[in-house]
Amino acid sequence: MKPPPFDYHGPASLGETLRVLAEVGPHGKVLAGGQSLIPLLNMRLAAPAHLVDINRVAELDTIAAEPGGVRVGALARHAAVERSAAARAVQPLLGQALRLVAHPVIRNRGTVVGSLVHADPSAELPAVLALLGGSVRLARLGGEREVAAAEFFTGPLESAVAPGELAVSAFFPALPERSGTAFCEVARRHGDYAVAGVAAAVTLDEDFRIAAARVACVSVGPVPVVADVTEVCGPRPAASVGWDVDWDAVARAVQDRIDPEEDIHATATYRRHLTGVLVTRALKSAAHEAGHGEQGEL
Amino acid sequence: MSERREPAREHVTGVFGKRVQRREDARLITGRGRFLDDLGGNALAAAFVRSPHAHARIRDIDVAAALDVDGLVAIYTWEDLPGVLAEPLPLLIPHPALTHGRTAYPLAREVVRHVGEPVVMVVARDRYVAEDACSLIEVDYEILKPVVGVEEAAQAAHLVHEDVPGNVAAHMVQEVPAPDGRSAREAIEAAPHTLAFRLDIERSACTPLEGKGVYARWDADDESLRVYSSTQTSTSVRMAIAAKLGLPLPKVEVIAPDVGGGFGVKIVHPWPEEILVPWAARLLDREIKWTEDRREHFISSAHERAQVQYVRVGFDDDGRVLGLDVNILHDNGAYTPYGIIVPIVTSTQLLGPYKIGAYRVEFSSIYTNTVQVTPYRGAGRPQGVFCMERTMDRIAAHLGRDRTDVRAANFIQPDEFPYDQGMTFQDGRPLIYDSGDYPESLRMLKELIGWDSFPAMRDQAAAEGRRIGIGVGCYVEGTGVGPYEGGHVQVTSDGRVHVSTGLTSQGQGHETVFAQIVATELGVPFEKVSVVTGDTRRFGYAVGTFASRAAVVSGNAIALACRKVREKALRIAADALEADPRDLEITDGVVHVVGAPSASIPLSTIAVLSNPLRYAFDDETRRATQFASAPSPDRPPVSEGEEPGLEGRDYYSPIRSTFASGMHAAIVETDPLTAEIKILRYAVVHDCGKLINPMIVEGQIHGGVAQGVGGALYEKMVYDQHGQLLNASFMDFLMPYATEVPRIETTHLETPSPLNPLGVKGAGEAGVIPVSAVIAAAIEDAEGIPIDRMPISPSDLHALRLAR
Repeated sequence: MKPPPFDYHGPASLGETLRVLAEVGPHGKVLAGGQSLIPLLNMRLAAPAHLVDINRVAELDTIAAEPGGVRVGALARHAAVERSAAARAVQPLLGQALRLVAHPVIRNRGTVVGSLVHADPSAELPAVLALLGGSVRLARLGGEREVAAAEFFTGPLESAVAPGELAVSAFFPALPERSGTAFCEVARRHGDYAVAGVAAAVTLDEDFRIAAARVACVSVGPVPVVADVTEVCGPRPAASVGWDVDWDAVARAVQDRIDPEEDIHATATYRRHLTGVLVTRALKSAAHEAGHGEQGEL
Repeated sequence: MSERREPAREHVTGVFGKRVQRREDARLITGRGRFLDDLGGNALAAAFVRSPHAHARIRDIDVAAALDVDGLVAIYTWEDLPGVLAEPLPLLIPHPALTHGRTAYPLAREVVRHVGEPVVMVVARDRYVAEDACSLIEVDYEILKPVVGVEEAAQAAHLVHEDVPGNVAAHMVQEVPAPDGRSAREAIEAAPHTLAFRLDIERSACTPLEGKGVYARWDADDESLRVYSSTQTSTSVRMAIAAKLGLPLPKVEVIAPDVGGGFGVKIVHPWPEEILVPWAARLLDREIKWTEDRREHFISSAHERAQVQYVRVGFDDDGRVLGLDVNILHDNGAYTPYGIIVPIVTSTQLLGPYKIGAYRVEFSSIYTNTVQVTPYRGAGRPQGVFCMERTMDRIAAHLGRDRTDVRAANFIQPDEFPYDQGMTFQDGRPLIYDSGDYPESLRMLKELIGWDSFPAMRDQAAAEGRRIGIGVGCYVEGTGVGPYEGGHVQVTSDGRVHVSTGLTSQGQGHETVFAQIVATELGVPFEKVSVVTGDTRRFGYAVGTFASRAAVVSGNAIALACRKVREKALRIAADALEADPRDLEITDGVVHVVGAPSASIPLSTIAVLSNPLRYAFDDETRRATQFASAPSPDRPPVSEGEEPGLEGRDYYSPIRSTFASGMHAAIVETDPLTAEIKILRYAVVHDCGKLINPMIVEGQIHGGVAQGVGGALYEKMVYDQHGQLLNASFMDFLMPYATEVPRIETTHLETPSPLNPLGVKGAGEAGVIPVSAVIAAAIEDAEGIPIDRMPISPSDLHALRLAR
């Protein structure tokens, strides 16, 4: 479990990083938190000729929370974003998801943008970005582009980042007023990748009726599966009488969209069943948060 | 009854039995432990090319591309191995029923039989370079049909070993007739009620946090070899190395440094690396080290547990078992270096605390193209207990009786000890239980878990829409097997007490408990006692640390050695104080006359007096020189029959095992929607005879239960049809975290063993043994679905619900 030989680059600025990446092209791999890459290297499952370590590029260590959303720089650690009150205030789903990402020691080192680029369909953050319709900014020598979440995740462990490009930041949009979010998952052990998991966002109208409801599901497809369930959910009568949502129908609507596979931890049938249960739980919780508890019993 | 039975000592009131803090912990938890990989910083590194195939013939090995790697030192294949080193590894425990025992070669010869089998050894400047070279070595394999799964293997469509028909390594039947002479099958036929069912237990493994490792230093001037190994038996590794390398035994030293867990896998020896690394170190005259990595540990050490059991039982209206017939298919993997100990333990310890009318057990130990199976903490008992306890629960369900009542109806009673189960145990000796109190143990457990008030708790939970269930499991564990261990105790002239025993430590707390025994036996301050284990330079005769035997066998040997030292100290003190030895006592390291505290002499002085000297080098030794005192001119300075020094050595060889026991209960909750399984409470009543240190015993229980929770809910080795292990990492092999292990409530019962001077029984494995049975019972109780297979995941439970 020792990595094969590679050339190590430790650029100190973004400009230098992009120059190195342009030089090494497809033979380069960016090292940020290393929580996925280092095990892959040690097991010789990845053998890049060049490792470009961005940990000295201080300008990438940023968390910018603005009314419109949170922009997270490539070196911001999970733990820093999780602890950022400003980020959580603008987009609470970040905190709700990050506490489910592995364990504190991994969150101390791993980065939010790194997790997005790794594009594991079982990971929480890709689902969060996909649910919120966020984007990733990719820089290359002499240019940059902003790629929407829907185009960013291209397959299991595959993203839109091209050789020579660096994901410099990700943008997690804020939700309108009277919105709520939740992330519910079931993992075999505390901190493991989810067997199934659902991120949900619900927006209520002025009469506390469901105006928008979306979910993103993990571990049930090659990329996070986003489903808009607004139509199935409502709109419904106001909070005073509770929502008369047919949750089974909502769950079925999402279950029809996913394509879970069997692995050593769970059957596809169980994953589909579990996703349905978690869709209901996450949507109820998100709606509850959106209405600040004013809508009564769900 | 015992060959060495002595009355319990009146003065045993010191630190024996106290919750003394582990003296190892300060070192181990502050990073000052010295584990194998902490040693040999300048040594060359070894790495291995291992088979990627479960079953293949080696056509050719091409090392050419690796030869150019900068830093490469040597490459070895089987063809390079000289003499006996080229022979198969030892079959450690032969048995008449093991008619087709097979062991691997240190490096594969012609055929590989599991993924991970070592094929080529590379020595290089460091491990990085060694792995680079490994990746460039081309092995040309002809793929053979892999044999995976014990039932498929038993059908023998393909063979793991060409010369082993039916893939059967061993076949054994043991029968214990009923008192009326009826066989088990006859008793079952005649019984008012009968049941038949099948049980499955998956593969798991020890997975110590520190893998194996070997570091060898050859001293060319002295022609001697020093080997450090992360082993559970340094003395036996030493003998194996001396034999395989043709070295005189005194020229080989083996030391087990701090070892980060063993749980059984490190009692197997010599591992290929344990002889190859020393061999190459001598050949190259260079220090060499091999540190096993996690993937290597998963695919090339050992696994355990996997069994399929077919059970038939006959019983009466009270649930008393009249006849029990169990047929076991035991998956022993590709090789049998540790013989058939595991299925023997399963078949004998299956009986637990019960009097079974008539018993028949048959097992077939079957080869598969998977990692070999050798004992893992519990060593076949968890499977046996799963079988018996699931049987008890099925009987209760069939009769509509309380599960604890059915167990109580079958218990051996306290006045029936010693109780002969009529079988032969894993040490080749009769299976005779020495002591125990099972009814009291069950009473304590029911009180601890609140068995009788559980129905109300269940009703309340149901009213809240929750599902909970309760389960119970009982076991008896033969501990402290022979043949022997020894202890050496030396008091030096500074008053310190140096203790050594040959068996090794893997974190159990031996430095603490053995010091407690010595402090108490010898009457010295605990702080003055230091303990060394597993170092053949200090103690050459030993067996090893396994089978919950260290406290029993080494503990008693050390106590007996202390008694020798004490006798000698009192003899010398009596002389010096002109007193009768029978009037003397040792307290706080000082010998004094009972009732006359001023007439005293410290052990440090006795140590000086015990060793007459010609040369002085400090104040203490000056007092022992030939002109310093006036001993009798009529006697030699060292009296006849005496030896210089205040020290003693003794051995303890148990007549047979001593039988610890325990009972566990759990309350679990199953989520009606997600099928998640949560352990709400876990209760243990534990009886290991006299407790030396209750805190350490509880630590052993906690660790054992944690591993048991792993076996019940998380851990399995998943092989695909090609014999590839699909989860050879800690990401996919789910060892429970602290977050998955419940708080464990423990109560102790002490039924001293009459077999040994200290009255102790082993405690190392107990915690793990009944956990799968208990959790299965609790889930079954919560769900109303029979649970016949462990471990069980939420996905499995969901599937069972759908199939209902």
